[in-house]
Amino acid sequence: MALLAGILTQLLHLALMLATAPLVLGVTRWLRARMLGRRGASPLQPFRDLDRLLRKRPVLAENASWLSEAAPQAGLVACMAAAALVPSFAGGMLLAPAGDLLVVVGLLAAARMALLLAALDVGTAFGGMGAARAMSIPVLAEPVLLLCAVSFAILAGTTNLDGIAAAFREGAPGLRLSLALAGAAMLVVALAANARRPVQGPGSLAEPAMLEEAMLLESSGRHLALWEYQSALRLTLWLSLLAALLLPYGMAPAGAGPFAWLLGLLAWAAKIGVLCLALTCFEGASARMRLFRLPGILGLALLLALLAAALLFLGTGPA
Amino acid sequence: MGVSAGFAVLAAFSLLAGLPEGVLALPLGPPWGAASLALDGLSAWFLLLLGMVGACTSLFALGAPPGPARSLPPFPLLLAGMALSLTAADAFLLLLGLGLAALAAGALVAVEHGQAEARMAARRHLILAALAAGCLMPACGLLAGPAGAYDFAAMRGVPPEGWRAGAVLALGMLGAGALAGQLPFAQGAAPGHAAALLSGAMPGLTIYVLARLLADLCGPAQPSWWGLPLLAAGAVSALLGALQALREEDGQSLLAWAGIGHLGLAVSGLGLALAFRGADLGALAGLAAGAALLQALGQGVFMALLVLAAGAVAHTAGSRKLDRLGGLIHAMPVTAACTLIGVLAASCLPPLSGFAGAWLLLQSVLAGWRVGFIGFQLAAAAATVLAALALALVAAAMLRLFGMAFLGRPRSPRGAGAHEVSRPERWAILLPAGLTLLLGLFPGVLLLLAEPALGVLTGRAAAPVRDLALLAGDRPAAYAPLVLALVLALSGGLLAWLLRRRSPLAAARGPAWDGGFIAPPDYLPFGDPLTQPSASGLAQPLRRMLGEPRAARLPSDSTPRLRDWLAGRVGWLPGLTARQGLSLGFGTLVLLLVLLLWPGGR
Repeated sequence: MALLAGILTQLLHLALMLATAPLVLGVTRWLRARMLGRRGASPLQPFRDLDRLLRKRPVLAENASWLSEAAPQAGLVACMAAAALVPSFAGGMLLAPAGDLLVVVGLLAAARMALLLAALDVGTAFGGMGAARAMSIPVLAEPVLLLCAVSFAILAGTTNLDGIAAAFREGAPGLRLSLALAGAAMLVVALAANARRPVQGPGSLAEPAMLEEAMLLESSGRHLALWEYQSALRLTLWLSLLAALLLPYGMAPAGAGPFAWLLGLLAWAAKIGVLCLALTCFEGASARMRLFRLPGILGLALLLALLAAALLFLGTGPA
Repeated sequence: MGVSAGFAVLAAFSLLAGLPEGVLALPLGPPWGAASLALDGLSAWFLLLLGMVGACTSLFALGAPPGPARSLPPFPLLLAGMALSLTAADAFLLLLGLGLAALAAGALVAVEHGQAEARMAARRHLILAALAAGCLMPACGLLAGPAGAYDFAAMRGVPPEGWRAGAVLALGMLGAGALAGQLPFAQGAAPGHAAALLSGAMPGLTIYVLARLLADLCGPAQPSWWGLPLLAAGAVSALLGALQALREEDGQSLLAWAGIGHLGLAVSGLGLALAFRGADLGALAGLAAGAALLQALGQGVFMALLVLAAGAVAHTAGSRKLDRLGGLIHAMPVTAACTLIGVLAASCLPPLSGFAGAWLLLQSVLAGWRVGFIGFQLAAAAATVLAALALALVAAAMLRLFGMAFLGRPRSPRGAGAHEVSRPERWAILLPAGLTLLLGLFPGVLLLLAEPALGVLTGRAAAPVRDLALLAGDRPAAYAPLVLALVLALSGGLLAWLLRRRSPLAAARGPAWDGGFIAPPDYLPFGDPLTQPSASGLAQPLRRMLGEPRAARLPSDSTPRLRDWLAGRVGWLPGLTARQGLSLGFGTLVLLLVLLLWPGGR
């Protein structure tokens, strides 16, 4: 019975993540447009875009290798696997025991590697520039993420995402200053990992701000659709991850029935909506900074995460 | 070739079927103690690594164009020296094996002795080898104690105490550092297969020497701080190696420094294991020691693969400089695919072999707070940051290597004329690539095989494994590569099916768009070279973001630079940039916390 529920929630979760990814993107775009006083495209527009791109014939550069064909799918597959491991509306999914924070980080790194390889494949100026910029960001972001993981591991006793969510939901650590600090650091990492506002405007085609767009200039049709879908899925995954780590309330516990799932689903939708709104408000209110300001911002996040961990060390000492 | 495969089979067999009991006394050796050989868990584990690397590199040597005759004899001698030091059961044979290996490696480095660079590299190599011997010999002498018993069993009976223990630790670390420090010099100058043997097996040998001297022979009763210098040295050398790998523009040197980075990670795992063992945290000690062992094994295989591939590239494309290569994925498809596997494994991406070791290492660093002592906890937090930084930097360096050499357009006419390597060479590259995939999928089996070695290192032989997945902690976090591979395969299948239904059109070919850049003139057959990223250009944003890594320069010119820097920074506070201010704040925070909490945390 538990196995059946695990399989069912896992499949539902994966379908939910895959189906809502373009919607999340569309909602953030629509909210942003409304906030800037425009009418904005319908939140369903990304679905139409993806469908249109999928039906087009992709064009590859003459000297593109098999990597350009394989990388979009490989990247999306790694991202899908990561999305399957991050809990959304219910605990105790089939893959929950394998859903480790570090494994998710590794899978996202693999997806990013696919994108970087594809960017370098044709040997164009923009691809190289985008790859050079994009490969610098994880170097700054991953230490912060790992330092946040220290805090989570101390508070919850594990780095398993389901375990962390369950521990925080049951209120074992309570509301803690260190959790708040680590959470703030995680938010910064999420912004950097998704190439969002403080340093990068989504969809910008101005050279100083280009990051992902620069790497995608050579891809078209199906390949472009896959990359864009992967980017949307990654945003949804990060929002879901933040929701599971920082706002695990309302999630159906392991072994609960369909009614609890429904509640969890509603709670998840509300949490993702709130996070989308917060993201848009932040992006609407802040000006874009230079790319080279990023070390400063992530350094601040590193300080916060270190402070969080140090506060916890004080609590765990033998004294 | 046969001999090294024999080593691998022997080691694997002995790990599977139980280890041979007792020691094999040899009828030779110095008058004060008979030389003897033994194969315990630790030796067998590293002999397995040596066997795998040796088999691949010997196969490659069979197919590569033969060098001068003087390059032939040192290669088996190198293999034999390494094997001798791994199977030695007394300090004399251990040092003899190391010396033999160092001499043979020196001879291989000096094969091209017509070039000043090779002579310089050989000289540096021998100086470092002499330094290693000069440190390890007194360390063994101190371990032997007043009785002067040089076989390992007797050494274990009298573990060093007080200042002798500290001296053994310092000398052992210095000696191992000198052993590892030979790599960047040796690897740049030695012929391809010898460089691969060195880069594959030498880090493993370093870890073995450290583990044997500091974890095994010094006895299990050493205090918890014993692991701290190793942890610090490992984390710092991981970071420095990775930073230097990002600066290098020569493929082999880049790989050598990346190897130092990985070796640093393994050493910090060993340090953590010693610290946990001293604090009576047996399960965590097993976790950290497993991390060190897996990391060493994985690193040996994928580094051998990458160095072999770099050797293949060097002799068909005519250069090792990244700025003279490019687009080799078209000319050398098999080599490119195998190198890609190695690059992904070296970047520690799941589900390949690098990730298993890195995952265990990060898990054990994350558990560092369980040693209830605030100084160590902060050190573990700092090690977490350094390890994450080193992992991401190595991944960036690996991407740079593959992107420059195999992707894009050719950067020189000679590089454009490259062709696929001969059949034995291809097999020699395919073999470690397959091993990398295999080791990545079955780290659980490997750790079960490593149980005797874990027993030697931590005193209790229980691998952190359940159902072939790696486990960490008491509310376990798990890494299950087989499950992950299944999920990846299923989602790949689903995606392929969906794409076939929804997007059936095959791709067309056209000129590169390149942001609308005009087509290059006819006299530039590979396009305008300036529109392609260069080796230093690809690393430029990262180096700018990190600030120029001052510490990564070689020590010879660092003292005057430090003085100039200090002199130039008088009155610097108002001129700090945000990043400098933040790193100052970070450092001060750590320092203050340590100072404040030192007495309270005891």
